[in-house]
Amino acid sequence: MPKDNGIGASPKRREDVRFLTGAGNYTDDINVNGQAYVHFLRADVAHATINSIDTSAAETMPGVVKIFTGADFAEVGGIPCGWGVTDRHGNPQQEPRHPIIAHDTIRHVGEIVAAVVADTLEQARDAAEAIDLDLSDKPAVVDMTKALADGSPKVHEDLSSNLCYDWVFGNPDDDAVQAAFDSAAHVTTLELVNNRLVANPMEPRVAIGDYSRGTDEYTLHTTSQNPHVIRLLMCAFVLGLPEHKVRVIAPDVGGGFGSKIFHYAEEAFCTFAAKACGRAVKWTSTRAEAFISDAHGRDHVTKIELALDADNNFTALRTNTMANMGAYLSTFSTSVPSYLHGTLMAGNYKTPIVQVNVKTVFTNTVPVDAYRGAGRPEATYQLERVIDKAARELDADPIALRRQNFITEFPYETPVALTYDTGDYVATMDKLEQVADLAGFAARRAESEKNGKLRGFGVNCYIEACGIAPSNIVGMLGARAGLYDAATVRVNATGTISVFVGAHSHGQGHETSFPQVVADMIGIDEGMVDIVHGDTGRVPFGMGTYGSRSIAVCGSAMVRATEKIIAKAKKIAAHLMEASDADIELKDGQFTVAGTDKSVAWGDVCLTAYVPHNYPLEELEPGLEETAFYDPANFTYPAGAYACEVEVDPDTGKVTIERFSAADDFGNIINPMIVDGQVHGGLGQGIGQALLENAAYDEDGQLLSASYMDYAMPRADDVPFYQVDHSCQTPCTHNPLGVKGCGEAGAIGSPPAVVNAVIDALQSGGKNVTHIDMPLSPPRVWAAMNG
Amino acid sequence: MYEFEFVKPATVAEAVAALAEEDAQALGGGQTLIPTLKQRLAMPSKLVSLTGIPQLKEIGDNDGVLTIGGAVTHAAVAEAAADSYPALADLASHIGDPAVRNRGTIGGSLANNDPAACYPAAALGSGATIVTNRREITADEYFRGLFETALEEGEIITAVRFPVPEKANYQKFLQPASRFALVGVFVAKYAAGVRVAVTGASEEGVFRWREAEAALDASFAPDALDGHSVDAAGMIGDLHGTREYRAHLVKVMAKRAVAAA
Ligand SMILES: Cc1cc2nc3c(=O)[nH]c(=O)nc-3n(C[C@H](O)[C@H](O)[C@H](O)COP(=O)(O)OP(=O)(O)OC[C@H]3O[C@@H](n4cnc5c(N)ncnc54)[C@H](O)[C@@H]3O)c2cc1C
Repeated sequence: MPKDNGIGASPKRREDVRFLTGAGNYTDDINVNGQAYVHFLRADVAHATINSIDTSAAETMPGVVKIFTGADFAEVGGIPCGWGVTDRHGNPQQEPRHPIIAHDTIRHVGEIVAAVVADTLEQARDAAEAIDLDLSDKPAVVDMTKALADGSPKVHEDLSSNLCYDWVFGNPDDDAVQAAFDSAAHVTTLELVNNRLVANPMEPRVAIGDYSRGTDEYTLHTTSQNPHVIRLLMCAFVLGLPEHKVRVIAPDVGGGFGSKIFHYAEEAFCTFAAKACGRAVKWTSTRAEAFISDAHGRDHVTKIELALDADNNFTALRTNTMANMGAYLSTFSTSVPSYLHGTLMAGNYKTPIVQVNVKTVFTNTVPVDAYRGAGRPEATYQLERVIDKAARELDADPIALRRQNFITEFPYETPVALTYDTGDYVATMDKLEQVADLAGFAARRAESEKNGKLRGFGVNCYIEACGIAPSNIVGMLGARAGLYDAATVRVNATGTISVFVGAHSHGQGHETSFPQVVADMIGIDEGMVDIVHGDTGRVPFGMGTYGSRSIAVCGSAMVRATEKIIAKAKKIAAHLMEASDADIELKDGQFTVAGTDKSVAWGDVCLTAYVPHNYPLEELEPGLEETAFYDPANFTYPAGAYACEVEVDPDTGKVTIERFSAADDFGNIINPMIVDGQVHGGLGQGIGQALLENAAYDEDGQLLSASYMDYAMPRADDVPFYQVDHSCQTPCTHNPLGVKGCGEAGAIGSPPAVVNAVIDALQSGGKNVTHIDMPLSPPRVWAAMNG
Repeated sequence: MYEFEFVKPATVAEAVAALAEEDAQALGGGQTLIPTLKQRLAMPSKLVSLTGIPQLKEIGDNDGVLTIGGAVTHAAVAEAAADSYPALADLASHIGDPAVRNRGTIGGSLANNDPAACYPAAALGSGATIVTNRREITADEYFRGLFETALEEGEIITAVRFPVPEKANYQKFLQPASRFALVGVFVAKYAAGVRVAVTGASEEGVFRWREAEAALDASFAPDALDGHSVDAAGMIGDLHGTREYRAHLVKVMAKRAVAAA
């Protein structure tokens, strides 16, 4: 029987009522008394020297409050990078200054060149058109190979080159790695591109800065996944403000997918300008601005080599990747191709030698940072593509080849620094074969062929590392932040509960799933529990939501705080029933004394805590409120196996996804319906990457796909009905809920399955196609078939 | 948007008078023009809405000729032509999304003549007549290249007359982002001969594939097109497909249209 309450139940998402009935409170819904509007004049060239900016005509235009240029920000800090990677020679990454407004040089299309604050947005736009810019164009650096070539123009004149860092991970000994390849029975090599993407959350970014002269306090309303991180970075590194004078509020946020983790110039600008203008300053991004100012994702070019022995055991893996940083280092940009990517290169396999080389490169493009999966999709894609290619070259069954090389014993220490605590890759693959109806594929293929279509079956495995931690280890690896989270459980006198959490919900359904946990632990109805999130003025210092960390890290903090609540409540109950604490049991919201029929209800204990008339005041403080900070001992390791079945129209090259099946191991599950939804969403984005999405630049650094006319988002009819199964569960061994996280799995695990399926389809049609770069658009598939 | 005046006349004469003013511009469903204004890419002094003119919203079916008023929406065409000219109704029912179809008009589409739009293929493929407040223009005369038409300053499309063919079909291969036509082929078979119009593909805009028309005149069957092809030179090559790919698609879509007609 499925449960109808607590952990494991699937109550509908309570937040959806307000989202779907127009009662949400998004940042753009907020208006502050007397607010002015800012319009950012953005660069329309990729690389230029700013000779001068004449704002004199614009300043006299109606409604103009103030116009800002780079010179106004000369005294404040730049946007910081949150992770310092040490290169293969022990040197720090090259870290250029990242100004709020371009100062003397423009480095990408979309960079802010001037900001006009006016009474109305239209007035601000009118005035921006009157600003006279004198620029000298410089050659744009766009292609990574060219950017690294000797004599390339530099994105940053003050750096030695366009190389941010050259990083080696895993086995550092080039000769030992080469020796493994030299002695291999077979080596499979593949060169591939992990296409650049734009996150495109439904809600574009918004920021409203407000300043109170009376109290010297600032409030920033912003579309963020992690308000405390924004407050810390903005106060400590950019504006030099005391943190206790700054409140950052991220109310309802309409999707982030990573792109709203980072601290952006517009946030610092609005906060700064609010004081300078004496008025609140509001900015709402247009979709056109979002394309050229939200951090992009992915954009790796990789050569991967897999060595196998004569029995098809994987013996060594070597990768060489160039990862695009764009023009500046966004908040977590440098961690994505290094520690979030290199550490995953072992995948689900017991390859003994792994060497990962990553060169990160500056180009005159929008900064690139984490996007759903962040590094792990790039790792999974390469690995699962090269394994598929190896299987074809060796005439081996791609599933059998994977199974043969699976890690089967846990804990398992990989050659790339992770220790997988638990997992069962055989079980998820068994489950996948069943849900994907592998046995019925031959018949389905025959049917497609009758209709003149090519049908292919592609499979891949994935492992992801969620809830990045522990803080002391990531600190050693260069993280300039802690990676714990925090929760305060505040029980009210009448027994209802508010849980103040550091995690942020922007589509994940925390408002439904988090209360399920607390209610289950106490045995009360989950309707009695609400969470509060997204406001540094209300919640404890938490690190926010990304990397599928919320339930594993913040959920654990919430469990710890609830345990403290229960321990204290038991003492109060013991007092009321004149029993010893140790004999008190809590079940279904009733405290009982073991072996007796005495009981006292949850509500009575709560009331007693706040109306402590009959209370052990000498031993116990009144009240019922507890906070816990939780720093995980390790990552969690969700893993699984995915299968995609496609039809290819040989006349047009169009790929249709006929079936997509996912067998995931997320450990214990709080709300299976929400988990289904998270997987569905991730799969949609992975399929989008595989077939449709492409942030393409021309040689001059102009984004060619800068609107929905050219950037193809997946739509409902581009994706099939999914078969999603998460019945294989190996609980995480080191967090109290045994949970692993599920937010990114779909996006990590799906692109290789799609590409593997298309290659399978083409090969079944006698086409000797071994690889096509994503997105597998009709012209690319057609060209490959006819190439 | 820049500021502009807005008028919504009730007759063609009033609309024409209003359009005589400098920088005045007609507004159909606004599905192209309003986004252009929002991006500040156009600066009309006055918008003259045509959607309040009853005459421009009429649809008539007479003696094998379907006449559609210039301000008739795509959704209305999809409904009204379902029996009389199913291929045209089908084309209209696949333009954009419901919001676009309930606002966008045939006059706006033909006046705009986007190289990837659908209606130009139907009009040229049907040998339609574009009726304006001043004159009648044959489709062969009307389309003049990308976003270029025979319309003069202040001239408005009041109706489009479609001779109804024996059979017809439109095949649209979607550009995956915009879902306009990457290549769209309209094939119509008349007693007087077959017409094949291609949209989305050519750098010159919508065009008639005359070689295919001749082949299909001889035998109206998909394999009549075997051995024929359009030249890749002159096709559009961009992010969404090379010249060669588009040239190839023209033939594939043409064959499919013949098969489905
Ligand atoms: C999301 C989206 C998807 C779309 N998909 C497609 C598609 O798949 N296929 C397709 O063909 N189109 C598509 N369109 C375009 C759509 O069909 C537009 O409605 C059409 O191109 C313009 O018609 P309108 O009535 O909206 O014209 P408006 O935008 O009002 O005007 C367009 C131009 O025509 C002029 N004009 C308008 N009416 C007349 C008239 N009667 N006489 C003279 N000039 C006039 C205007 O002055 C303006 O220059 C799409 C549009 C959108 C927004």
